[in-house]
Amino acid sequence: MHLIKPDHYRKMLAGQLAGQSAGSGEPVAPSRRGFLQGVAAIGGALVIGLHLETGKAFAAAAKDGPMPNAFVRIAPDSTVTVLIKHLDMGQGVTTGLATIVAEELDADWSQMRAAFAPADALLYNNLAFGPVQGTGGSTSVANSWEQLRKAGAAARHMLVAAAAEKWGVPASSITIDKGRLASGSHSGSFGEFAEAAAKLPVPTEVTLKDPKDFRLIGTRLPRLDSADKTDGKAIYALDIRRPGMLTAVLRRPDRFGATLKSFDATAAKKVPGVVEVVAVPNGIAVLATNTWAAIQGREALADIVWDEANAEMRSTPELMTAYKQLATTPGTSAAKRGDAAKGLSGAAKVIEAEFEFPYLAHAPMEPLNCVIEKTGDGVTIWTGSQFQTIEQAVTAGIMGIKLEQVKIETLWAGGSFGRRANPPADYVAEAATILKAIDGRAPVHLVWTREDDIKGGYYRPMFYHKVRAGVTADGKIAGWEQQIVGQSFIVGTPFEAFIVKNGVDGTSVEGASDTNYDIGNFAVDLHTVPSKVPTLWWRSVGHTHTAQAVEVMIDELAHAAGRDPVEFRMELLKDKPRHAAVLKLLAEKANWGPKAGQGKGRGLALHESFDTVVGSVIDVSVVDGQIKVDKVICAVDCGIAINPDVIAAQIEGGVGFGLGAALHDEITLDKGLVEQSNFDGFIPLRMSEMPKVEVHILPSANAPTGIGEPGVPGVAPALSNAIFDATGQRLRSLPFKLEDFKA
Amino acid sequence: MKFTLNGAEHSIEADGDMPLLWALRDVVGLTGTKFGCGVALCGACTVHVDGAPVRSCQTTVADVEGKSVTTIEGVAGSGEVGQAVVAAWRKLDVVQCGYCQSGQIMSAVGLLSENRKPTDDDIDAAMDGNVCRCATYQRIRAAIHDAAANLA
Repeated sequence: MHLIKPDHYRKMLAGQLAGQSAGSGEPVAPSRRGFLQGVAAIGGALVIGLHLETGKAFAAAAKDGPMPNAFVRIAPDSTVTVLIKHLDMGQGVTTGLATIVAEELDADWSQMRAAFAPADALLYNNLAFGPVQGTGGSTSVANSWEQLRKAGAAARHMLVAAAAEKWGVPASSITIDKGRLASGSHSGSFGEFAEAAAKLPVPTEVTLKDPKDFRLIGTRLPRLDSADKTDGKAIYALDIRRPGMLTAVLRRPDRFGATLKSFDATAAKKVPGVVEVVAVPNGIAVLATNTWAAIQGREALADIVWDEANAEMRSTPELMTAYKQLATTPGTSAAKRGDAAKGLSGAAKVIEAEFEFPYLAHAPMEPLNCVIEKTGDGVTIWTGSQFQTIEQAVTAGIMGIKLEQVKIETLWAGGSFGRRANPPADYVAEAATILKAIDGRAPVHLVWTREDDIKGGYYRPMFYHKVRAGVTADGKIAGWEQQIVGQSFIVGTPFEAFIVKNGVDGTSVEGASDTNYDIGNFAVDLHTVPSKVPTLWWRSVGHTHTAQAVEVMIDELAHAAGRDPVEFRMELLKDKPRHAAVLKLLAEKANWGPKAGQGKGRGLALHESFDTVVGSVIDVSVVDGQIKVDKVICAVDCGIAINPDVIAAQIEGGVGFGLGAALHDEITLDKGLVEQSNFDGFIPLRMSEMPKVEVHILPSANAPTGIGEPGVPGVAPALSNAIFDATGQRLRSLPFKLEDFKA
Repeated sequence: MKFTLNGAEHSIEADGDMPLLWALRDVVGLTGTKFGCGVALCGACTVHVDGAPVRSCQTTVADVEGKSVTTIEGVAGSGEVGQAVVAAWRKLDVVQCGYCQSGQIMSAVGLLSENRKPTDDDIDAAMDGNVCRCATYQRIRAAIHDAAANLA
């Protein structure tokens, strides 16, 4: 997702968000409406916010009231609530973003709170996306960094000014330590000055702390969500209960691209609790007073006939065969330097390798769901919303109302891994069509079952890579030719015109075409293939497959050259000090050296994604012919580490997520029918398979970069390289087919 | 249908065949117990019936008639094991998305109630039925050991 640059979003939205005054590409002045909403929401408390990029726009709006773009609320009881414009799907942004504000404010961590901001692209847009509120591409902290530092510093400035006035002392004499203001014999809490501070002008310029004075950033502060997520109090969309709410389950077509022709709902309507059965564009919705009745009602639907004239009828082996065939022909050039063919003709050793990647479901633990209700002149949606503005736009289109008439209550999300960041806003759109089909008579809670989720598409696309690369007699890379074949989830969407450049979807080749290794004779071609199977980004997007192809191939070349994999990479990174530093730290921490011994192996991968560099070393053992992953050691450069413990957690989780993909995850089709349906067929990583993970963070003075996704890409290649080290067998395609090994 | 829920007598109007999961969530209104797979493959719906962990998606309302049911909402108050487990989860910041953690905690309390000093293999055996897609497993393991140490 990180290839979607701000400009893409601005242009896309100019078309998509009809009726909204955004889309010019220029910063949008906060509206009076937004300001009034903000004020209504906060009562008499101090609200501090800034439109940071547009001091002038802010100043102009300031005459309407003090603070139109609220990120900070300080209550009379001194609690500081940071409005979180991003979705927290587990990555810990509520904690990270609150820390940034707390640091500049010199607050005590115990007084900090977080609340999800309302859906409002004017106030809460992702600065990396343009005028769109949304979360993705591991951008939450990176795009908020300056914005929230300034918001926190402004709040501090106003509190100090209020205290200076009351105490009759110069502002410069006032210090703040752990949420207490003090000057000479005076001392007071934030709450004492909240109201007075709110009446003061918001500074247009603030001084930010020197990072050497950081007291909270860089320390292990406890997560703000641990308590509510350990006693059942945290509310996810699945937990929303509205008066008169009906639970809906949807019977979707068995094959992607099929449409409904006819069905018989007689038996379904007789199931106690079932209230209505309605046809909607995506299938048949059964609405009931509880989830169990809705599920039973769906099972009782009879004589369903689908029109499969335009459906995907192929099987995945058939698709892969076609991909391989395509790879024998020239594709569209994604990268070209030097002369790869000529370089390879002079190589001492040439390796040809094929890498196959399956469709993958995201399978977040919370099955997809949302509540939608007719409220006032519009609708309200409760969901773990990752693309608020897009969900507003899609819903508005379906309901025939304006975008601003769609209110979204963002809730904790039970995982996403990319699934909730969906350009068609699929499940929200489904819920809206059901609400419309029943004329808005009752709030609708659309619930997907796990089977709906596993069979429901929006998968990481299948991919095929063919790499031909070689080394010279003196151990240098002679040439590199790579063919990439796969489906694009960008082509055919409103994003296409802005992301596909010269026929190349950047999300298909990122991590390969832009490799950091200095390879002189280099060519990467892409073949984009059509299919009716809906696909989507999956935690770390293109890097999910490109890192495997590149990092395994680099390992193969190092071995072909008879060189150590660390030293071989180091030479290729001589102009990349940041990457080299990660590799150096990794090698030190892993005590990289000769092979660990009989039946043991270790492998390495180094990969940049989302502006973060992660190096991974994996240790394996061969036990009774089976591979056991013993330990994973990671080194990370993600800029300034806001909360090292949350960063470690993201890497630990990314390793587990990547291991699942390396060892198990696979969605296959048989004549268009998805063969998996639940966690027995789509196999998640479990406790007994989780290795020990050790995370080392490089000290950095640079602005923070992504951390939610970058832990994933290096896992499969490091494991593949470790298995080779232990057994001499190269496992290139995912998931690895682990057969009996001899140590 | 009568049963004890988190220490209090409870009576609900529900079909005896309704899975306890849906009765708790949709009829009683206790939403801390989560739906993850519906077929006892993920453990998100784990509750205790008479002190033993069960998957509430495969336990019917009729199954628990007259019995004592404990959910995540009541487990910390149910005794020292529940308290120690929840405290360890918070101390080590185990959670990420948090959705599976109700079930993880209920399984961990079940384990420690039977075995006050579990080994890593014991933890694997007791916890393998609880899926966490965020893969918080390393911290779950550490938190179980931490709770065990505090209970010793």
